[in-house]
Amino acid sequence: MSDLGPPAPELPLAEFLAAYPVVPEHRPWARHLLDRAGWEALARWLASGTVELFALWGEPTAVHAALFEPATEVLAVASLPCPEGRFPALGRLHPPAIRLERTIRDLFGLEPEGLEDRRGWLDHGRWLVRRPLAADPVPHDGTPDPYPFLPVEGEGIHEIPVGPIHAGIIEPGHFRFNAQGETVVRLEARLGWVHKGIEKRLEGSHWREAARVLGRVSGDATVAYQWAFARAVEAVSEVEPPERAVWLRALLSELERIAMHLHDIGFVCNDAAFALIHAHTGILREQLLQLCGELFGHRLMMDTILPGGIAVDLDQRGAGRLRDLTRSLASRFERLVRIYEDTPSLQDRTVTTGILAPALARRFAAGGYVGRASGRDFDCRRDLAYPPYDQLRPTIPVRREGDVNARVWIRIEEIRTSLALIARILDALPRGPLTVPVPERAGEGVGMAESFRGEVFVWLRLDGEGRILRCHPRDPSWFQWPLLEAAIENNIVADFPLCNKSFDCSYSGVDL
Amino acid sequence: MRLLLDLLAQGLQMTLVLAAAPLLVGWTRKLRARLLRRRGPDLVQPYRDLVRLLRKEPVIAHSASPYFRVAPYLVFASTWIAAALVPTYATGLMFHWATDLIAIVAFLGFARFALGLAGMDVGTAFGGIGSSREVMIASLAEPAMLLVVFTLALLAGSTQLSAIAEFLVREPVGLRVSLGLALVALLMVAIAENARIPVDNPTTHLELTMVHEAMVLEYSGRHLALIEAASALKLTAYFSLVACLFFPFGMVTSTSSPLLYPLGILAWMAKIAVLGAVLAVFETAVAKLRVFRVPEFLGGAFVLGFLGTLLLFVSRAL
Repeated sequence: MSDLGPPAPELPLAEFLAAYPVVPEHRPWARHLLDRAGWEALARWLASGTVELFALWGEPTAVHAALFEPATEVLAVASLPCPEGRFPALGRLHPPAIRLERTIRDLFGLEPEGLEDRRGWLDHGRWLVRRPLAADPVPHDGTPDPYPFLPVEGEGIHEIPVGPIHAGIIEPGHFRFNAQGETVVRLEARLGWVHKGIEKRLEGSHWREAARVLGRVSGDATVAYQWAFARAVEAVSEVEPPERAVWLRALLSELERIAMHLHDIGFVCNDAAFALIHAHTGILREQLLQLCGELFGHRLMMDTILPGGIAVDLDQRGAGRLRDLTRSLASRFERLVRIYEDTPSLQDRTVTTGILAPALARRFAAGGYVGRASGRDFDCRRDLAYPPYDQLRPTIPVRREGDVNARVWIRIEEIRTSLALIARILDALPRGPLTVPVPERAGEGVGMAESFRGEVFVWLRLDGEGRILRCHPRDPSWFQWPLLEAAIENNIVADFPLCNKSFDCSYSGVDL
Repeated sequence: MRLLLDLLAQGLQMTLVLAAAPLLVGWTRKLRARLLRRRGPDLVQPYRDLVRLLRKEPVIAHSASPYFRVAPYLVFASTWIAAALVPTYATGLMFHWATDLIAIVAFLGFARFALGLAGMDVGTAFGGIGSSREVMIASLAEPAMLLVVFTLALLAGSTQLSAIAEFLVREPVGLRVSLGLALVALLMVAIAENARIPVDNPTTHLELTMVHEAMVLEYSGRHLALIEAASALKLTAYFSLVACLFFPFGMVTSTSSPLLYPLGILAWMAKIAVLGAVLAVFETAVAKLRVFRVPEFLGGAFVLGFLGTLLLFVSRAL
């Protein structure tokens, strides 16, 4: 292990970073400017597992990493200026960084030194430009690059290519299976098929316009994206949204969580050909979405949260209807849970299928049900509590089995928690204004919000007139997709849809 | 005159199974949808689908061999023969001498072989997966099926369906353990052979979990229509088989008057409708098995069939 260099520093993250200068106007946490040696030490530190990588993104001449130290609950951003267009790869020692670094190379042309994987990630060679976000993009003729999948050797191994177009109506992703008979030896996913150029689109747009775009990065988590973005803008401007607005935001967020978890539970069961639960969760979700559509003007609650407050309100009648619906939903949902528990043929499919080892979940800092079903006890709402969750203090379910069943159970528990939270929010909804003015200020801000899938992270830099200079939304799926590949190993090919649905990673949120 | 009537009766049976097969599929789909609180497609939707497919131009992969075009006809023809041989409303029809149980199993086996080969013809990964899974299931289902045949043959002294059915109608066989075991075994085989839950899921869109659907993934147009019709015929054949062997009441025997035929047809339709309803309920109540559990399921069918045969050796009364 000589090439690892000296061991990771044995001191708290805050002390390590204190040696490096702080960038002004970065809120709410500090951003430190590292040098090459510091960045290399960071790689060793991440590999040692005491610090988690929350996000890794680029700029034309710099790379940034968001770090979290669970022991001290310290959050920080570390940056490395790279004027020569290269930086030491974190992914050499810390695998979760690999795809993010490949993305940085694709978008900015910055070279991660020492990264063995030379293939593009988002850039399949089909764009008419190379490194589109760099200061000097290079034209390209659109010829696709070759993409050799990682080789697998052994007797009787056969390849099964699946996608990016699937028989069902789902998002596009290519999955390359290497199987021995029915057993999966290796799965490699290739994404990037729905790259939309969101980061480029955001450059130069006012945050009011950007809020609409952010709500559409991954439509199933639109409330969480809007909230995380709003918090980032509010951090730059140093405004506190009014109390009623944050309580309403939490209400929308919990409604979204329930709707999406219902959807996922139904689809996991449907993939085991048990359509009964799917049919009933479909009814419950639909009733919920229809009411959301009536009360908030959009079924999925897009364009509801704005920096500085909220664009929708809830009157007494609406609150009453929500209360009635969630109450009836709670009892009907419990009946479905009993069916889930009491169907041995279904349990036979979900228990011990697609086990994700807790060590891997920890290493990848996997958020949401993927992490919590494999023992990673982290939830933004509790561990980095933001209003109103600092008062609501939700209980966070955790399991250690890491199989499909555990991921279903985390969702069941979270639906119960969210239903209880909604009742409390409706009871305690404070009165007052819905928005406060947001002064235009220059600076950098970070915002996070817990989506149904895990924490959404948004970093942005504003000029003094409310325009976005650079914005990076990081979907929780970045750290979940690679784990799916690990979880399916040694399972049978026919169980992949079940495992995939239990992860339910976002394609759109990762392809950007 | 007699010959003409006999031909008519046999022809009626052949057209009857062909005409009723899509309706049976529509009926189980409708019931299943209702059980899931859905409205479900019309009963006649499978007919519309067949007409639609027949009108469409088939798209054929570049790598397909001529066999790929021939296979659907082989599959359809042999399945139709098998389905038409199983006595539905009457025993002792013109070709009753050909209604040998083992021959019917062989016709269905040939259809499966033809389709399995076609699945591999184009050379896609899914066709290969489907064919290998289908053959794995078939190799386990057929022995179980043959043991069911033996149980019945031992009891009736013949492997001829028509003779067995007539024996069961005439003789007071009563409730027998061996027949009960054979019935359960036959139902399990029927589920596996017809690609139903829990062995396969006929409605799935997930390529990786498919068995039968994966094999026919490359087919389109009239070829697909023939394969779909063959699947419906196969389901009808198995249901008719269960009805004729275990619930033979209402069947017109060779000695009674042809005027009873309408009654026989009604009785047959009622019987397969009930079986279709049972299938829909069963399919709603269970999840699909993991692929490697299918041998255990069919192993169960084999053991039941074996016990049925064995019991008859121990005592003729069981």
